[in-house]
Amino acid sequence: MTTVTATARVELQTPEGWVAVCDRDRLTPGRGVAVLLPDGSQAAVFTDRQGGLYAVANRDPFTGAYVLSRGLLGSTPEGRVYIASPLLKQRFDLSTGECLDDPAVSIAVHSARLG
Amino acid sequence: MTTTTKPTVVLVGYGMVGHRFLEALADTGTADRFRVVVLAEEPRPAYDRVALTSYFSGKTPEDLLLGEPGFLDTHGFELHLNSPVAEIDRAGRTVTTAAGHTVAYDTLVLATGSYPFVPPVDGKDADGCFVYRTIEDLHAIEAYAAGRKVGAVVGGGLLGLEAAGALKGLGLETHVVEFAPRLMPVQVDEGGGEALRRTIEEMGVTVHTGVGTNAIVVTDGAATGMTFTNGQRIDTDLVVFSAGVRPRDQLARDCGLTVGERGGIAVDALCKTSDDAVYAIGECALAVDGRVYGLVAPGYEMATTVAQQLAGQAAKEFTGADLSTKLKLLGVDVASFGDAFGTTPGALDVVYSDSRSGIYKKLVVTPEGALLGGILIGDAEAYSSLRPLTGTGTPLPVPAESLVLPAGLGAPVSLGSSALPDDAVVCNCHNVTKGAVRAAVTDHQCTTVPEVKKCTKAGTGCGSCIKLLSTIVTDELEASGVEVDKGLCPCFAHTRAELYEIVRVKRIATHRQLLAEHGRLSGEGCEVCKPTVGSIIASLAPELPASGHILDGEQAALQDTNDHFLANIQKNGSYSVVPRIPGGEITPEKLIVIGEVARDFGLYTKITGGQRIDLFGAAVDQLPLIWSRLVAAGFESGHAYGKSLRTVKSCVGSTWCRYGVQDSVAMAIHLELRYRGLRSPHKLKSAVSGCARECAEARGKDFGVIATSNGWNLYVGGNGGATPRHADLLAQDLTDEELIRLIDRFLMFYIRTADRLERTSAWLERIDGGLEHVRQVVVEDSLGIADDLEALMARHVDDYQDEWAATLADQDRLQRFVSFVNAPGVPDPSIRFTPERDQVKPDLGVLATAEDLLATLSADLLEIR
Ligand code: SRM
Ligand SMILES: Cc1cc2nc3c(=O)[nH]c(=O)nc-3n(C[C@H](O)[C@H](O)[C@H](O)COP(=O)(O)OP(=O)(O)OC[C@H]3O[C@@H](n4cnc5c(N)ncnc54)[C@H](O)[C@@H]3O)c2cc1C
Ligand code: SF4
Ligand code: FES
Repeated sequence: MTTVTATARVELQTPEGWVAVCDRDRLTPGRGVAVLLPDGSQAAVFTDRQGGLYAVANRDPFTGAYVLSRGLLGSTPEGRVYIASPLLKQRFDLSTGECLDDPAVSIAVHSARLG
Repeated sequence: MTTTTKPTVVLVGYGMVGHRFLEALADTGTADRFRVVVLAEEPRPAYDRVALTSYFSGKTPEDLLLGEPGFLDTHGFELHLNSPVAEIDRAGRTVTTAAGHTVAYDTLVLATGSYPFVPPVDGKDADGCFVYRTIEDLHAIEAYAAGRKVGAVVGGGLLGLEAAGALKGLGLETHVVEFAPRLMPVQVDEGGGEALRRTIEEMGVTVHTGVGTNAIVVTDGAATGMTFTNGQRIDTDLVVFSAGVRPRDQLARDCGLTVGERGGIAVDALCKTSDDAVYAIGECALAVDGRVYGLVAPGYEMATTVAQQLAGQAAKEFTGADLSTKLKLLGVDVASFGDAFGTTPGALDVVYSDSRSGIYKKLVVTPEGALLGGILIGDAEAYSSLRPLTGTGTPLPVPAESLVLPAGLGAPVSLGSSALPDDAVVCNCHNVTKGAVRAAVTDHQCTTVPEVKKCTKAGTGCGSCIKLLSTIVTDELEASGVEVDKGLCPCFAHTRAELYEIVRVKRIATHRQLLAEHGRLSGEGCEVCKPTVGSIIASLAPELPASGHILDGEQAALQDTNDHFLANIQKNGSYSVVPRIPGGEITPEKLIVIGEVARDFGLYTKITGGQRIDLFGAAVDQLPLIWSRLVAAGFESGHAYGKSLRTVKSCVGSTWCRYGVQDSVAMAIHLELRYRGLRSPHKLKSAVSGCARECAEARGKDFGVIATSNGWNLYVGGNGGATPRHADLLAQDLTDEELIRLIDRFLMFYIRTADRLERTSAWLERIDGGLEHVRQVVVEDSLGIADDLEALMARHVDDYQDEWAATLADQDRLQRFVSFVNAPGVPDPSIRFTPERDQVKPDLGVLATAEDLLATLSADLLEIR
């Protein structure tokens, strides 16, 4: 029997080190999933059409709701990839966590990799 | 508290002109040099009296307030509401309010407006007699009209017709009584009055002209009828007097200021009264040309004149004004401008009159062909481009005849904004010239109409100039080489309608391909184009072909969160569930199932405004569990989440109701099942009423159906929400088959041509040719596309499947309904509830601080899949 290559796993960096959170196959380009981290915090994990991997805190700072994983991905004319909150549509740069609609607000970003 | 050495300006009356005076003073930049005290009789700050009638179409008193919030505070103006001034002491330079409060002034500005004239007929003070000038008047009329049947308006002028529209809107059988031989005698001539009368009578308002009101018939202290000078008598429960206005000059008379013989505080060209320290502006003033102006625009000019003088700036004298007006009375456009009656020596008329469709247009020109004035009834499109050309003395660029002929009868002509000279006044209300609008674009970098409005004030009055404003802005931007971006979003230079055509013709079934081949950016796309393209693909799915399920393939990635989870997201991240209840009809068994599901899952339950039931507070993982119970009981998705058909409301109709003439419930169910699941540019709503009493509110819907004894009337373009609009009649007395054919075509034509998030109401008002064009395409098939539109709808109906049943049947689609992809079964700790009125509501406290929710999890909870 030939060996089946295991699908790549998405890993996030946490204070406890790299934590595997899901198979890459679970990510739809342009959308996210929510994951629970060992300390009980929530992260939103995304992939874009180029195959880029992103992870940010799942909490929408404008409403307090844990919903960013359910927003839509977009990119600006400059090529910054962002997530638009599904509640009030504010956009957050997925690489820096900066809110594109309100420079005073930002969200935490996790390093993500395929393991 | 602080003693001030600043000169005190006291403004008496805080109406439209008073407010404009304060704005003008602020604009001069010298407001802080004065202490300004405003003494107002009414209980609320200045509001838009011109738009008073819009109260009856849903505007609240707050919507009508003038000025930005905080305007008075920003400039330190002191306002005293409910403080009518009772006396002026000119020698001592003080005013005293009715409550006995005395204020000293250096300068006094009177802006007391006018009062409605009530003819001295018997019974005029009975209960049920009203005037029409303030919000309080409207409140009183509205309260009194409830439960009553008939109303009459005394006076068939501009205000009288507005009042008649309001009574009609309150559901009263309405009469208008006018002493003159025609309606609106001041603004329109005989021909125009006749066209107006016919259209207004067609709306069901009874018009009595050439008769005076003799007396109000009073029974037990309340009006019950009225008698006319010709001996006739009508029964009426309510009478609104609208027989003209008189300047409120009593204060001025009492303190010895000069007033006109027929009323009005006499002022000079600088609006100064016979006392140097006192000015009078607006409707209370008798201008230097011997006229009292009953329109707001001249009052605004007077306000500016006085503000400029106080600021020590060169003041523009007020020597008289144009009486041009454009109004929508009872839905009929009426415009009159310049020398409307042709009194200039040598004036000639060009008249077009079509009494069948209630259109009357007259232009008054000089023998050389220069425009002097005109009257437009029924179709006043041309007003905004004609009025600024009036009185310029230059012959019109095209023959006057071509400007009055309806499109189709003559060569189509439009006077582009380029025909206007720079000094032509574009906005009459604020006296803004075309040059000033152009300067806003070229010198002040305004690129949109809202910016230009803010910068110049043009378009912020009656609004009749906005169309012209937008052409000037567009022309100017294009002339300066700025491309006016009509694109959907940064990613696409096309409009939604253009993208629809591209997708349809090229059969492109993914956003990725559309963006790659037709986008102006490469990259990810954005949250605007993704759902829009997703919706277009869903509308055209059978044609492309693409999967008919919006959670298949790339389509899943394009949907907004609501469509993606087939439910409506709520403020705490939970969702609501709305099963379809076609026509609002439901069996007791199904009601019990809804009750049981709600109870078992602890959902907050509410009857919606759409005749169905909403269950709130479901976590993502609960949605499939809830729906498997609902689907088993025979429910389908209600698409409360989609830009698609929501509900078709019904009234009980002929089956039970004693008045019903058709089975409105059966038709509503039929329509709801036919169009369910149809994706469109915005949500679609409908209703069917069983008779003209209209209990289903069909005229507030995108397509509304009202039964007649011969079949059905179809109305389109109705809307509730923030900008309500009554639907327009598209076709009458239709059979079931004809009705459905027209709705099929109408909906598909809308889906094909509307912009993103453009309801049918806004679409109908935007597209060229408006309702008439839609009627030609949909009813008369002028574009020859009716068969295509019907075929598209037939495919949609054939391909329909219930989204929830199909989701439950497919593991791939179900997979996404988890709170955490690495901890299936673990509930989202942020979704919690607290009790309220025996049900639950979101616990927002837990969302306030992120840290509160942290709890270390045992590692084995987190599984990788
Ligand atoms: C649930 C309901 C209120 C209720 O408890 O009664 C409701 C709730 C919402 N309405 Fe509504 N509307 C509801 C009936 C209405 C009605 C009444 C009707 O349909 O007869 C109207 C006025 C009629 C109309 O639309 O013309 C109405 C006019 C709006 C508007 C304004 C639309 C407009 O064109 O101006 C919005 C905003 C929008 O869609 O952009 C809106 C938007 C919303 C949204 C979707 C706002 C949002 O994004 O969260 C609400 C969420 C629904 C949910 O979570 O389930 N809702 N909404 C009603 C659901 C009816 C149903 O069974 O499907
Ligand atoms: C239904 C309706 C529709 C109209 N439509 C149009 C239109 O389409 N186009 C148009 O140009 N015009 C229209 N008008 C006319 C327009 O509203 C008036 O020209 C405008 O309001 C005049 O402004 P003003 O400030 O002079 O008077 P007002 O707006 O009447 O303000 C005068 C204020 O002074 C107060 N006041 C009076 N006496 C005293 C006192 N002693 N002490 C303190 N306060 C006092 C009054 O209570 C009132 O609030 C319409 C009017 C109505 C009622
Ligand atoms: S609209 Fe007519 S048929 Fe329907 S419930 Fe009302 S009165 Fe009865
Ligand atoms: S003409 Fe009334 S707002 Fe411009």
